[in-house]
Amino acid sequence: MTEPITLQQDETFVLNVGPQHPATHGVLRVKMTMDGEYIYNAETVLGYIHRMHEKMAENRTYPQYMPNMGRLDYLSAMSFNHGYALVVERACNIEVPERAEYIRVITVELNRIASHLVWLGAYVLDLGGFTPLMYCFDDREQILDLLEAVTGSRLTYCYFRFGGLYNDIDDDFITGTRAFIKRMRKELKMYAKLVTGNIILMKRLKGHGPVDQNMCQRYGATGPVARGSGINYDVRRNEPYSVYPEFDFEVPVYGEGDSYARYLVRMEEMEQSLRIIEQALDKLPDGPVNPKKKPKLIKPPPGDYYAAVETARGNFGIRMVSDGGKNAYRLKLRSPTYSNMHLFDEACRGMLIADALAFMGSLDLVIPEMDR
Amino acid sequence: MKIQEKTKEALAALFPDPPASEPEPDDAEEGEKKPEPRGNGIIEQDYHTRGFHLDAQIEPDQLIEAVRILFDLGYYLEAITGVDWIKDEQLEVVYDFSRYDFDLCRTVIRTRVDRSAPHLPTITPIYTGASWHERETHDFFGIVFDGHPYLVPLLLPEDADFHPLLKDFEA
Amino acid sequence: MSLTLFNVILAVFIAICFVGANAAYLVWCERKGAGLFQRRPGPMENGPWGLLQPPVDGVKLMTKQLLIPGGVDKAIFMVAPVLAMFPALISFVTIPFSDNIVAHPIDVGVLMIFAFAALGGMSLLVAGWGSRNKYSMISSVRAVSQTVAYEIPLMITTITIVMISGSLNLSDIVQTQLGGFWSWNIWPLQKQVGFNLLMPVSFLILFVCSVAETNRAPFDLGEAESELVAGFHTEYSSMGFGLFFMGEYANIVIGACLTVILFLGGWACPVGDLGFFPFTHHVGWFLLKIYLIIFVFIWIRWTFPRTTIYGLLNLSWKYLIPISLFNLLLTAGLLKVF
Repeated sequence: MTEPITLQQDETFVLNVGPQHPATHGVLRVKMTMDGEYIYNAETVLGYIHRMHEKMAENRTYPQYMPNMGRLDYLSAMSFNHGYALVVERACNIEVPERAEYIRVITVELNRIASHLVWLGAYVLDLGGFTPLMYCFDDREQILDLLEAVTGSRLTYCYFRFGGLYNDIDDDFITGTRAFIKRMRKELKMYAKLVTGNIILMKRLKGHGPVDQNMCQRYGATGPVARGSGINYDVRRNEPYSVYPEFDFEVPVYGEGDSYARYLVRMEEMEQSLRIIEQALDKLPDGPVNPKKKPKLIKPPPGDYYAAVETARGNFGIRMVSDGGKNAYRLKLRSPTYSNMHLFDEACRGMLIADALAFMGSLDLVIPEMDR
Repeated sequence: MKIQEKTKEALAALFPDPPASEPEPDDAEEGEKKPEPRGNGIIEQDYHTRGFHLDAQIEPDQLIEAVRILFDLGYYLEAITGVDWIKDEQLEVVYDFSRYDFDLCRTVIRTRVDRSAPHLPTITPIYTGASWHERETHDFFGIVFDGHPYLVPLLLPEDADFHPLLKDFEA
Repeated sequence: MSLTLFNVILAVFIAICFVGANAAYLVWCERKGAGLFQRRPGPMENGPWGLLQPPVDGVKLMTKQLLIPGGVDKAIFMVAPVLAMFPALISFVTIPFSDNIVAHPIDVGVLMIFAFAALGGMSLLVAGWGSRNKYSMISSVRAVSQTVAYEIPLMITTITIVMISGSLNLSDIVQTQLGGFWSWNIWPLQKQVGFNLLMPVSFLILFVCSVAETNRAPFDLGEAESELVAGFHTEYSSMGFGLFFMGEYANIVIGACLTVILFLGGWACPVGDLGFFPFTHHVGWFLLKIYLIIFVFIWIRWTFPRTTIYGLLNLSWKYLIPISLFNLLLTAGLLKVF
């Protein structure tokens, strides 16, 4: 249904999608210049939930800044915790006990599944199917209960500490997680039947929202968006951190570059995350979760430091510039959806509004993370 | 590290006279405060302590050329950011690049501009995605990217005339 | 004559009561059905099983302020909700609930229903136009092209049935299907449909069209909430919205009635005429059938994602219309032969 159309600029009108619109899932605004239902031009307007996290970093000590990490990407806050912990540990040369690393991986992957579940539900809701949202939130609830028991919070986690964790996991968590893995495998099969194989869904996603590799490179798209365009890029694999090299998992890559490819990537990532969690639980070593010796005051030596992790949405990087003081001199947060969303303006030209919103959903936007 | 060598070689072409080989020691400089701005040149960093591999400091007018080299070598742009070195009366703009393949090489291009009149050429013709990063850097530091097609505030309000990440910014 | 008029007024009054109560409790059914499909209980707070939820909602809707945004075309804006509700009400006049319960068995009942259904489509256009809202405008244009596209196969399929029964009167159409479920029009292997093997297909066409005609998911492009916010009724509040809402459910009932009457034997008992308690018997069967159809409507809504406008129009123009036209010709030929 993508027959070439010629759009006429002198017969357009401007449609403001957002800042309050059901499809933007937050306060994102896209100024669309439309020719009928076709998009002539789109301009994304950000900043409605901009909180200047980077300035906060300059006014807080390193440990004080950790809770901010839960407020960026509220759906995969654990990965952001991980990224910040990594960069400070790298700068201060803090060793992390092995058990802590394994627990980090387990919680991050659980969080990744929860994030993908929210995406799946919200995405099908964007496409007009309401029911999967309820199933997804039901499954996500299990994860939130598990994580709440160990971290103390359900959404904006602040679980990681420099060199370790806030607290250790208990047997309940382990048995609960194993039960969840069993349940989730069944549920994923159900989603495959209910959602993935649905003819309407396929028709709406296949061939729509094309993102090619050149576009990914020009915009710096990462995560499922890049993997849906045939780029085998996952920070967990390409730039191994923590104990990810210990695990046997696959990075799903689809070359079509359409919304359906991105959809499949995320669905498969949930399976792979389950595999990682299972292996981590099997291999979980005993020992402390916090290092024996750790500097009382976190004061990284002057210089630049960088760390990147794979969040549910892509490559999250932190550049930290230290001048040797108690606060960071400069802290830059490189959030994945910021780059992923940028290509929307170019890619959506000539699309129908319905397809464009389906495309926007397939980018998996979390607005607080873009606006920071 | 094949690509690292290749990138280094390609970037080294930007520095005709042998680089002022002052391999800035990473950890040995604890004693003094921030040393005077280091000279232009390319440094291989220790990935395990720094988190990136190549670190090139260039002149502002070499920027386009350097970024073009990285684009051709298949790098993608991760982020553009600024750092306000108020003591040196300079603003540093940092370009982070990374690669999609397994040949890991994170490259940093940094350049310094005068704090009173910060101007840099835009790299949007090469990396389209630099547009938002440059607008953001313009918002936060007031750095003007010459030739940028649409340099209006992105994250800050449309009428913002302040630059919050400058060190002398008073809220 | 005056008796007829009295009949009609009484019928409209009963229809209003029926439609009002029906709409209210269909919403309850819809929400309970959604709960059933979504592993949750649905409304539970007001009354047993949430049965008092509809009146509470009604009171809430009626006591809200009726906002008229500045800049709307006021006359058109006010007329649209009435236009949405009133044709559905009128259509009830000719629906036979049993062999003797029908307000006014008009000889051109089928035609009348279509005429008023078209008026219902008009209300969407008028609402979108009067709202002066871009989303509403897009939505109303969509809704009209959708109505046009789906009325054609709907009518062609209905003409097929009219040819079979030789009457435009809905009561007569039911009369030809008496005597057990095997003599309903949906079954191909019987003499009255000329052994037309495509009858189940045309039933499906009629069903799909009535889903599309009533703007129900997966064809709810008029009010596609994730694209067009709320579509044509974005600007309506209070009972303005309430009337659109009731109109939608009234239209669902009309659609279900039409499907049942044309293909599923109307009020006819599925196992031949059992004879006893003919009154409750017939109405009971009729209501049972339409609520089954409505349940399928609800089931579909909570299972499928939404199509797109081009997918919808393609389905109609490229598949449904040719197939139903072919079926029309085939039926005509077969009826001539047998």
